[in-house]
Amino acid sequence: MLRFLFGRLWQSLVLLVIVSVIGFAVLNLAPGGPLSQFALTPGMTQAQLARIAHQMGLDRPLPVQYWEWFTRLLQGDWGRSYRDNQPVLAVIGSHLWATLLLMGTSTLISVLIGTWVGVLGAIRRYSIFDYAATVGAMVALSIPTFWFGLIAIYLFSLRLGWLPAGNMYTIGDGSVLDYAVHLIMPSLVLALVNVAVWSRYMRTAVLDVMNQDFVRTARAKGLTRFAVLMRHILRNALVPMITLLGLQLPTILGGALVTETVFTWPGMGRLFLDSLGYSDYPVVMGLLMLSAILVLIGNLMADIAVAVIDPRIRLG
Amino acid sequence: MTDMAFKIDPAPAPRWWQRRAVRRFLRHRLALFGLAIIVILVLACVFGPYLLPFDDLYIDLRARFSPPFSGPHIFGTDPLGRDLAARLFMAGRISLLVGFAAMLISTVFGSLIGIVAGYYGGKIGAVLMRFVDAMLSFPSIFLLLALAAFIKPSPMMITLIIAATSWMEITRIVEAEIKSLRERDFILAARTLGLSNSQIMFRELLPNAIGPIIVAATLTVARAILLEAYVSFLGYGIQPPLPSWGNMLNGAQQYLASAPWLAIVPGVAITLAVTGFNFVGDGLRDALDARSDIS
Repeated sequence: MLRFLFGRLWQSLVLLVIVSVIGFAVLNLAPGGPLSQFALTPGMTQAQLARIAHQMGLDRPLPVQYWEWFTRLLQGDWGRSYRDNQPVLAVIGSHLWATLLLMGTSTLISVLIGTWVGVLGAIRRYSIFDYAATVGAMVALSIPTFWFGLIAIYLFSLRLGWLPAGNMYTIGDGSVLDYAVHLIMPSLVLALVNVAVWSRYMRTAVLDVMNQDFVRTARAKGLTRFAVLMRHILRNALVPMITLLGLQLPTILGGALVTETVFTWPGMGRLFLDSLGYSDYPVVMGLLMLSAILVLIGNLMADIAVAVIDPRIRLG
Repeated sequence: MTDMAFKIDPAPAPRWWQRRAVRRFLRHRLALFGLAIIVILVLACVFGPYLLPFDDLYIDLRARFSPPFSGPHIFGTDPLGRDLAARLFMAGRISLLVGFAAMLISTVFGSLIGIVAGYYGGKIGAVLMRFVDAMLSFPSIFLLLALAAFIKPSPMMITLIIAATSWMEITRIVEAEIKSLRERDFILAARTLGLSNSQIMFRELLPNAIGPIIVAATLTVARAILLEAYVSFLGYGIQPPLPSWGNMLNGAQQYLASAPWLAIVPGVAITLAVTGFNFVGDGLRDALDARSDIS
């Protein structure tokens, strides 16, 4: 187990380094590089720009710059926002939990719905339900999330007036119920794609498990179909799904960005777009790096969880 | 004498599976439906603008916000009184073109990396595949937006950026396929015959991996159309006055209450196009996958 842990941790660290190199490359693609902000100042001469570049160490070779940037990254110094001069990590931190709340709720919903759609599809294979779920999932994967959000706002806020069209809470209210009401639409919209993906994989996983010998043994012992499903099939089918949850993280994060924009949800996605609008590159870079790091951590945790639950993985 | 010359027949081309694949595909109802959607959309976008009596850029302020199906404008008009149908078709040209072009670039690049990584394996393969893993760690929309905001957006650039964030899946698929094909006897035979590495890679391995590549390429078109819609909707993709399905939705949110068709019409077009490609891709997977038992 320990060896597995270290091996997996080492892999993640290697990936982190490559991710940071990609991030650094993107940063240097910014118009005018990191100097762009100063170049806009009126009366700035080329000589002054060169001096600033020298002060900031931008005239040194790229590998040296990268190393300095990377070590600062590791120490938690992610630079300061151009907008209000706050440390990047603090700016992101104040938006992080809104995104996590949205993602968490949405993932919970999609896991619950997706699991049952997948299980039903597998048990009643080639039934009308199975067919409808398959086609439905493919259509759901094809709908642009933001457009689905717009249509939902049109129907449920503008037409029916049941749900608020955006924001996280009503100013002056902010009770748990108020948050929950605001959470319903964005989390369901974000869940759509994930339900589709989750149900497809769940169906395959259940079909895989259903044909194995221990399921037949359990049935032969006289357990009811329901008991076999709950205690044997579901438990085994859900193990590979943990890995899927890790792999889906980038999609969920990206979906959250778009959903937050449509519903003016004050999370990381909203912050990302605002920062792009203000050319606030340190925050943009911070969010880009943080999202990749979150994904790496998510995958690592998923793999460890699977290894803890399923001893076959550690041995293999 | 010439009759006696010993001729080696070229190995019988594996036409039979191709024909079987076609038969399977034609029996896949959803795939045919998807193909029909794509053909209709492409025809509409290519010929539609010539058939409509309106120019997509003609501004008619008297006809602002005409609802669909109520007058000469079948899909209604936008806040400037431009015909929505004409704009939709012109936008479709851009969106579909960007989708196809991005697919081509990412398929070629992704397959290339996948073949090299799968064939050589070892250190080269490991480095390339770790790079793929790292690229996949970024949510593609974040990466796409950052790149699109940093680089001057032209349709060409947007296409390149979309391709740059969608080649990794193909690489993974091709690498896995090549890795298993590499161990087969016919590759050993090719090597014994003294074929060079590049000959083996591109004349022996690539044709045998073409099935999964075609499937992945089809799904990549769907993905590229979606990604273009995302960035353009958020204002960093195709820039007006050039219309695209994504940037048509850009202004739609503020008129959602008064003119919902501005949001509905382009959104339906995007959904139809993406669904079409996803259906076709799914059908191709069933048709080309020798392991699937739906004969």
